[in-house]
Amino acid sequence: MSDLPFTDLEFTDLTVQYGERTAVHPLSLGVPAGGWLCLIGPNGAGKSSLLRSLCGLVPHGGTARIGGTETAAMSSRQRARSVAYVPQAPVLPADMTVFDYVLLGRSPFIGYFGAASAHDRMIVRDILARLDLAAFSDRRLDSLSGGESQRLVLSRAIAQGAPVLLLDEPTSALDIGHQQQALELVDRMRTECGLTVVSAMHDLTLAGLYADRLALLHEGRLVAEGSPAQVLRPEILSEFYGVSVRVHYDDDGTVVVVPNRRAR
Amino acid sequence: MTSDPTARRTWVWLCAASLVLAAAVVLGVMIGPAGTISSSNWNIIWHVRMPRVALAAVVGAMLSLAGASYQGVFRNPLVDPYLLGAAGGAGLGATIVISFGRTATSGWLVDPLPLAAFLGAIAAVTVTYLAGAAFGGMRSSTTLVLAGVAVASLTAAIQAFVLQRSSDGVVRAVYNWLLGSLVNATWNEVTLVLPYVVVSAAVLLAHRRHLDVLRVGDDEALTLGLNVRRVRIVIVAAATVGTAAVVSVSGLITFVGIVVPHAVRMVSGGSYRRVLPLSLAAGAAFLILADIPGRMLQNPAETPIGVVTAFCGAPFFIVLLRTRRSTV
Repeated sequence: MSDLPFTDLEFTDLTVQYGERTAVHPLSLGVPAGGWLCLIGPNGAGKSSLLRSLCGLVPHGGTARIGGTETAAMSSRQRARSVAYVPQAPVLPADMTVFDYVLLGRSPFIGYFGAASAHDRMIVRDILARLDLAAFSDRRLDSLSGGESQRLVLSRAIAQGAPVLLLDEPTSALDIGHQQQALELVDRMRTECGLTVVSAMHDLTLAGLYADRLALLHEGRLVAEGSPAQVLRPEILSEFYGVSVRVHYDDDGTVVVVPNRRAR
Repeated sequence: MTSDPTARRTWVWLCAASLVLAAAVVLGVMIGPAGTISSSNWNIIWHVRMPRVALAAVVGAMLSLAGASYQGVFRNPLVDPYLLGAAGGAGLGATIVISFGRTATSGWLVDPLPLAAFLGAIAAVTVTYLAGAAFGGMRSSTTLVLAGVAVASLTAAIQAFVLQRSSDGVVRAVYNWLLGSLVNATWNEVTLVLPYVVVSAAVLLAHRRHLDVLRVGDDEALTLGLNVRRVRIVIVAAATVGTAAVVSVSGLITFVGIVVPHAVRMVSGGSYRRVLPLSLAAGAAFLILADIPGRMLQNPAETPIGVVTAFCGAPFFIVLLRTRRSTV
């Protein structure tokens, strides 16, 4: 699966509308093949809506293209082969086994009346081995820890073999050690499998650490876009998050965002 | 296929379920008010017990399979095949025929009762579906379930109105029908419903992998390339046609559609690739066995089979709720 062609993602004037409410105003962005774009912004800024529209969960206006192909023209199976999505709170059926769960990722490749082939099973075994889950193959999902579950959901997304990976708050439920582990893993898969990643994240320091571009959304509009050092500036953050922060720029390019405690 | 341990386990379970079913058939044929097989003649075996066993098997298999499918489609373990109004519609159809048409239709070549029950069930589920689709846009199955509750209340209200104006004899006849019974089973009933059941079961079994994908919820199933809406319509339609067909000849036999799939889940795990075929076999066996006390308890009178299934089903259900570790 490491021979996937790197694929770019591009949306033009993309909008998301829930009845009367506009969640995403016309928005144009591009993610180069193999890149990692992180969407940041306060709650309700439209990050999740944008991700959900890209994988077909909510209808959108404008166009989104994956590797030059418009997603609106794709069937649900085609789309599932192009975009894998990891929701914020994935459903983990308690008595399903790890192997069966990851095998679900192969669904877009199995015919309507077909069954998983030996090839599908081989791919799943390979992914489980690569993500250190091989020993868990027969375990029930309710026996996994939070960190293991996150790895499991990522395994299923990778089993989809899609060149674009969408992550909605992939680390919000994890401790700092497992946050690092999960994001390192995404980064490793990005290079090993040639993935283009779009994630929504709340932790600005982590976002800046792993993504190569950040896009700041506010009330459904794109208000800042660029490298972590360009977007994570105290004046920008205070304007859109309403917070007072200090930002440290390390020599190696790391940007650290620290909230200021209010004066007593 | 055989190198895969999951598939091999499935075959082992299927063989075990088939053995239980075979044993149930033998018991069902041997036991009856006319004595065991040695003392009764071939006529009783062939014309009374065999069709009754066959009908119990067909009805039990269908209700269990439809129940398991409904539970999968609605991701709700407490759902049975009557959820969307099939029971209410069938009951109303039967009530109307029994109340108004019994004397008028006594000379008819074909008994209108099964037909009215069948059409009533299909009509009620169709109304539920259209109402749910109109208001929920089918984005959420909750709307559909709520529409089912509304339709069931409506049919119950009409039924109560009709019954209230009927004689005691009619009320008793309707009540007996509602409890479900296999008393009048002949090969006619079996051949009448078998085609519907075969088609419905084939469609449902063909969708067992889709039901596994649906276990992660509508949204994730959609991102895995499943056409959730279409799959749900196909499964609900197939389960409804099969349920309506068996209900039309057996009345409303309750609890089979909930208890059997749950028992299967408890022993074999929650994968629908296993739950569906096993529910089919176990449901057939369960209803054959549940029909035996019905003929023997109040001999020569019959205890309605719905009473037996609910009597066994309710305590089992309580135990299940206490120990439930399986999820849908």
